[in-house]
Amino acid sequence: MNDNIWILTSADSIAIATTLILAALGALFTERSGVLNLGIEGVMLTSAISAFLAADASGSIWLGLIIGSIVGAIMAAIHAVLSVVFRANQIVAGLALVIFGTGLANFLGKPAEGKTVTTVILPLSFGPLSDIPVIGPIVFGQDIVTYFALFIAIVSSLFLFRTRPGLELRATGDDPATVDAQGLSVAYIRIRYTFIGGLLVGLGGSWLMLAQSAAWHQASTTNGLGWIALALVVFAGWRPNRIIFGAVLFGFTLQLPFTLQAEQITIIPSAFMQMLPYLATLIALIALSRPGGRNLLGAPKALGTPFVRDER
Amino acid sequence: MNDTSHEVAQGSHHLGGVAPTALSAHNIVKRFPGVLANDNVDFDVRAGEVHTLLGENGAGKSTLAAILCGLYQPDSGYLLRNGKPMHLSSPRAGLQHGIAMVHQHFRLVDRFTVSENVILGSRDLGFRLNRKEINEQVAAVAESFGLPIDPNAVVGELSVGQRQRVEIVKALYQGAEILLLDEPTAVLVPAEVEKLFDNVHSMTKAGKSIVFISHKLGEVVEISDRVTVLRNGRVTGHVSGKGTTDTRELARLMVGRDIELNAQRATHPIGHEVLQIRNLSLSINEVEVLSDVSFNIHAGEMVGIAGVAGNGQRELADTIAGLISPASGSITISGAMTTDRGPIQAREVGLAYVPEDRLGMGLVPSMSILDNLLLTRDRKVIVDRTSIRPEASRLIDQFEIKANGPDHLARKLSGGNAQKVLLARELSGGRSATKLLVVCSPTRGLDVGAIETVRSLLNDARSAGQAILLISEDLDEVMSLADRILVLYRGAVVHETPGATASLSTVGAAMAGLLENGGV
Repeated sequence: MNDNIWILTSADSIAIATTLILAALGALFTERSGVLNLGIEGVMLTSAISAFLAADASGSIWLGLIIGSIVGAIMAAIHAVLSVVFRANQIVAGLALVIFGTGLANFLGKPAEGKTVTTVILPLSFGPLSDIPVIGPIVFGQDIVTYFALFIAIVSSLFLFRTRPGLELRATGDDPATVDAQGLSVAYIRIRYTFIGGLLVGLGGSWLMLAQSAAWHQASTTNGLGWIALALVVFAGWRPNRIIFGAVLFGFTLQLPFTLQAEQITIIPSAFMQMLPYLATLIALIALSRPGGRNLLGAPKALGTPFVRDER
Repeated sequence: MNDTSHEVAQGSHHLGGVAPTALSAHNIVKRFPGVLANDNVDFDVRAGEVHTLLGENGAGKSTLAAILCGLYQPDSGYLLRNGKPMHLSSPRAGLQHGIAMVHQHFRLVDRFTVSENVILGSRDLGFRLNRKEINEQVAAVAESFGLPIDPNAVVGELSVGQRQRVEIVKALYQGAEILLLDEPTAVLVPAEVEKLFDNVHSMTKAGKSIVFISHKLGEVVEISDRVTVLRNGRVTGHVSGKGTTDTRELARLMVGRDIELNAQRATHPIGHEVLQIRNLSLSINEVEVLSDVSFNIHAGEMVGIAGVAGNGQRELADTIAGLISPASGSITISGAMTTDRGPIQAREVGLAYVPEDRLGMGLVPSMSILDNLLLTRDRKVIVDRTSIRPEASRLIDQFEIKANGPDHLARKLSGGNAQKVLLARELSGGRSATKLLVVCSPTRGLDVGAIETVRSLLNDARSAGQAILLISEDLDEVMSLADRILVLYRGAVVHETPGATASLSTVGAAMAGLLENGGV
């Protein structure tokens, strides 16, 4: 019995980690191009409700995931236009996106209140493999999106460090003037990866909705996971493969209080445990919004800085 | 990369026995709002030669170079590559025709390795990067032109000279046949300049063409096969023949009149001690930027600080100006301790400061000339513009500032005029008469005419008995103006010599850190 709970905790933390991996990868691509999108939480919420509505209306989970991802990309595109085309302050634009996204999601979510999605994403079946004790439910008990998230994280790492476009992406985040001098368009690269980032964040939000929550709980649907994803990118040092470990760790920490409560272990107050990831996030975000802090953390050098070509 | 045939060009400049013209520009006209930057300019460069574009800032040489590499498009006129017409719509198009620009401010990503930088933007590579293969290719290109460089070195850890080499290797890797070098020596120490010139020679031997852009007469004479002089957007002269050129003649072509750049060190009495610095040390982010610096300056004396950028010069100036508190040591201006007392206290006792960053630290760009003058003058609560207006107008005349009067916004001034405003403010005295003037790179980016004015203003201030600390990366400037030269290397004074007897090679070696400490 006890063992079972711990296994379930591990399996559940991997589930939370899936959302975190997708959202953090989205933020990572955005930030590697030099754009700081603090609006991840708002993007996720809007995607979540869009996915819910689409799935509810069509009866197709997959259509829900697709619509949710596209909505995420559109939300990120708003940020891209504000910060790349109009060179707005990216911190302000990002915070505005959170407020806008939360408001929009709550508005869209009115008809969804009290409803649940009838079909949920089911874990893949690996036949006998899923029945292996301990390892079975954790490794082979996940759904396709989780495996997809892991796959994307590994591919992203190869993309960033082993390909020519990846090199160009990293260069854009570090030194846009150099990229510009090579005849590459900084604006195009930044808009493209902010958009792609939004797609991933949107997928994370949609999946959270359809596979985890199954019911719309307004802002507590995402419950700050968007912010945690931002912090995760910082802790991962802007490296996709480290995001996997970070996400599992955060996922476990988020899940642990529930298990402790269920097991009636009261050595550590569960509220304290619940607070920890958010505390870590707060610290990471403070560091992220200060230029000195960004340098210290090894952030892309031009992160948050609009690019203006030297006018002669 | 460039598949146009290398048949002998039929360009008009082609003479028997001379290498064919690789690139030529004809009747180039380029207008910017209110400025005719290039007025019917002709220019050509042959395979295997160094052709220099000489001119003051604003003479149009950078505009012409930008047109040659595809950054700008001319309003009229045309370009020929190997005798065939071509149109360059972007720097990328320029590269496709084998023309590359090495910018003065390097276009390199500090965190990337040498080879990552070299291949950045290269379209010939596939999606995947094969690091080993790329490193080999980059090393091979570098070797073949005598530019040894480690492809795996991180650019941010290289010296300025090495970074420049990376830029050149990058251009060569991308298949450049014609390299435009924009003020390449501005950032180098003398030893590095020599190396650069060696590299230029090995490139020209391999048939590459070099367009060398400069305003430094000495090096132009040394490196160039031919020189084209630009002034006010027009070609004022062609000079050819290596080593036979007279710098005086070139200077005349460049400025349009005879000039005296080497303002003579006036013989004048040196007075009492104005600035005294004792054992000044400073660390920023746990990096030691000033280490046990001690020196003094007397009234009527100009002390020059030579050194490669980033060896503590700026921090030294900021510390004297009271903007930074040192970790230890003391600063005394006119007998008053100003260490840790802040900038206002330093100014109260007679400090004037011309920082390197004119529009960032020196002037407020969004304010008028008048308001900028007021900054150091008036500490009343209510701003009194009327009483200072006549003086502002007088200073504008006296310093020959090109502006529409005292209300002209600082950001709308050219570099030279902004510097003159700054000097006008600092030299004319603020709340108290100027006793010590600290100037950083006072002539950087200015044209020859303005340089002459600024240097003679500094000389006048010295003759008037002010103590001057001249901090400049322009070694010629320090050598020709300063009574005493201190060389700063890694925050320490490693060499001190009287200006009159200073030797370029010794000072240069000290700047490069090749002299042992205390080489007096």
